[in-house]
Amino acid sequence: MKYLDEFRDPVIAKQILSEIKKTITQPWVIMEVCGGQTHSILKNGIDQILPKEIELVHGPGCPVCVTPLEIIDKALAIASLPNVIFTSFGDMLRVPGSNKDLFQVKSEGGDVRIVYSPLEALKIARNNPDKEVVFFAIGFETTAPGNAMAIYQAHREGITNFSELVSHVLVPPAMTLLLSSPKNRVQAYLAAGHVCTIMGWREYEPIAKQYKVPIIPTGFEPIDILEGILLAVQQLEEGRYEVVNQYLRAVQRDGNRPAQDIISKIFEVGNRKWRGIGEIPQSGLLIRDEFSIYDAEKKFNVGNIITQESDECIAGVILQGLKKPHECPAFGKECTPMNPLGATMVSSEGACSAYYKYQRIKND
Amino acid sequence: MTNFDINSMSCPLPKMDFDTIQLAHGAGGKLSSDLIEKLFLPRFGNQTLNKLEDQAILENPGKRLAFTTDSFVVDPIFFPGGNIGDLAINGTINDVAMSGAKPLYLSVGFILEEGLSLELLHQIALSMEFAAKQAGVQIVTGDTKVVNKGSCDKLFINTSGIGTVPSEVNISAANIQPGDKIIISGTVADHGMAVMTTREDLSFKSQIQSDTTALNGLVDEMLNVSKDIHAMRDPTRGGVATTLNEFARQSNVGIQLYTDSVPVKPEVNGACEVLGIDPLYVANEGKLIAVVPGNIADEMLSAMQANKLGKDAKIIGEAVTENLGIVVQSTGFGANRIVDMPIGEQLPRIC
Repeated sequence: MKYLDEFRDPVIAKQILSEIKKTITQPWVIMEVCGGQTHSILKNGIDQILPKEIELVHGPGCPVCVTPLEIIDKALAIASLPNVIFTSFGDMLRVPGSNKDLFQVKSEGGDVRIVYSPLEALKIARNNPDKEVVFFAIGFETTAPGNAMAIYQAHREGITNFSELVSHVLVPPAMTLLLSSPKNRVQAYLAAGHVCTIMGWREYEPIAKQYKVPIIPTGFEPIDILEGILLAVQQLEEGRYEVVNQYLRAVQRDGNRPAQDIISKIFEVGNRKWRGIGEIPQSGLLIRDEFSIYDAEKKFNVGNIITQESDECIAGVILQGLKKPHECPAFGKECTPMNPLGATMVSSEGACSAYYKYQRIKND
Repeated sequence: MTNFDINSMSCPLPKMDFDTIQLAHGAGGKLSSDLIEKLFLPRFGNQTLNKLEDQAILENPGKRLAFTTDSFVVDPIFFPGGNIGDLAINGTINDVAMSGAKPLYLSVGFILEEGLSLELLHQIALSMEFAAKQAGVQIVTGDTKVVNKGSCDKLFINTSGIGTVPSEVNISAANIQPGDKIIISGTVADHGMAVMTTREDLSFKSQIQSDTTALNGLVDEMLNVSKDIHAMRDPTRGGVATTLNEFARQSNVGIQLYTDSVPVKPEVNGACEVLGIDPLYVANEGKLIAVVPGNIADEMLSAMQANKLGKDAKIIGEAVTENLGIVVQSTGFGANRIVDMPIGEQLPRIC
């Protein structure tokens, strides 16, 4: 398939790999920010073929994984209400809250539906005027424009039975937080390609400069990732720290302006909690006051639900790249995709789920 | 005689992960096998059922019988390439045929929702008649129930099938030997993606057709080449990945899939990419996976390719002595990855 096959070509992969081997002279720690990249790395076994000098650590860019327990409990409370149709991307349904997940709410009679787009949820609202339709709006900058657009359209059409339970987070504050930690080991970033498609890479330029780390907006296919690693290693070896774009076919420096405009029309930047990490200042998006009738947290009055996270799951440490999934004592034992202790084992972008799914042989 | 009191039976509900039935209990993955192994097998188990094959092979003086049952709850009931009716006939015929048996008779049970259009039911009955005639089997008994509106989704169908097993044939998921080759009869994921892309809420349309068809004719020709087929299944719910994992576990062998070996039509692959779905986990309704000794694999493959139902047949991997019970695929980059059992539902109800 065009735009895919050429980025999965083993011959090109070998060429890039030999280029990496020629360039590298010492150990480097590189973090791929996005969980989609983590899955591609493990699915294709890229970590198995890289020279031993390169250590890949897996970043916090899994939207399902960083959504705090508290928000999931709020979702469960709203989805259990009569007269509510609760809509969500499929991944969120199996993420455990404090005592159940959305699948269980569904089996208890809650109207929980999987949708592929927030606009699909809006359509459900349009077709069910006597019901309250709620969309679980999570994710990074990538999903924000669609979620903003749904609210914008609802507002324009005067639809009032639609709202969003928002837990939007932003990537650059998390990348900065990791770099400023005394425990930081990350020496270069493969930035999340699709986030950059929306936001461009201007925001990364000051981060690269301040912390002296190369940042490479990178795609998701094996060739993308190998090329991203090569671009990072070249800079690391030469002592440079710039933002260099690998994902040429999708990312421009300024990103997608209309998408950014709709985000800032509906949302404003504010503090957000991240699962396993805690509150990061100015790291998320909140619905602006003028659109607050679309804010499900306010509409259903679930602001008072406060949940403490258990310390059994070390997802926070894993999302910061300080430990690998198989170094967790619960990995594959108390914690499996069937009985997940945390979201990193559930999500199709979660690092623990990637290790479990593709690479158990190595770790057994 | 003392009165039998059902309350005196002391069989508590086995410890399960859930208190109520979840969607994933019917999705063909780990929760499904949990339900079967922990709840049903202890109650209903017998020598035949315990083998966990897709069909029961019954000893009968002189002749062995293959006997199977399956229920069909697909949504939507009409999809490109078929409907719930021909699916219910073909699915059960295939489960019988996968034992190497010649399917002979079917039973059909309908559960119908009050208010269902007779015209629609007629169309479904017609396509069932057609499917059964094509495959050369007879529907010999049936049952109809109607439930209140809202108690079922339009209609559900149960079919059972019986066939006779030729004496030299002994096909079982537990018979695979290291060195055996794994052959698939054609492209995968057609049925699941046809159903999936018909969902009204999806914002793109496709030309993908379900592959629903009866495979007993193809199996006949395969048995003409050799009766020494070790294992054979039609990879329906859970797809090729689930069937291969069942093979690996039941035969206690490793299964090594060759790089990019499983054939997928370009349009099906495209739909899978868009929706983020792995075609290896998507249902098929007209494909089989046969595991045969290495020395007859090429001959078997040619015979399959000569039949229109097997024209895209391909050897996709082999049984090995490493990684017992696990399916592994080489990635093309000199690495390996596990092809695991799916956990639960990847798709809406599809068969």
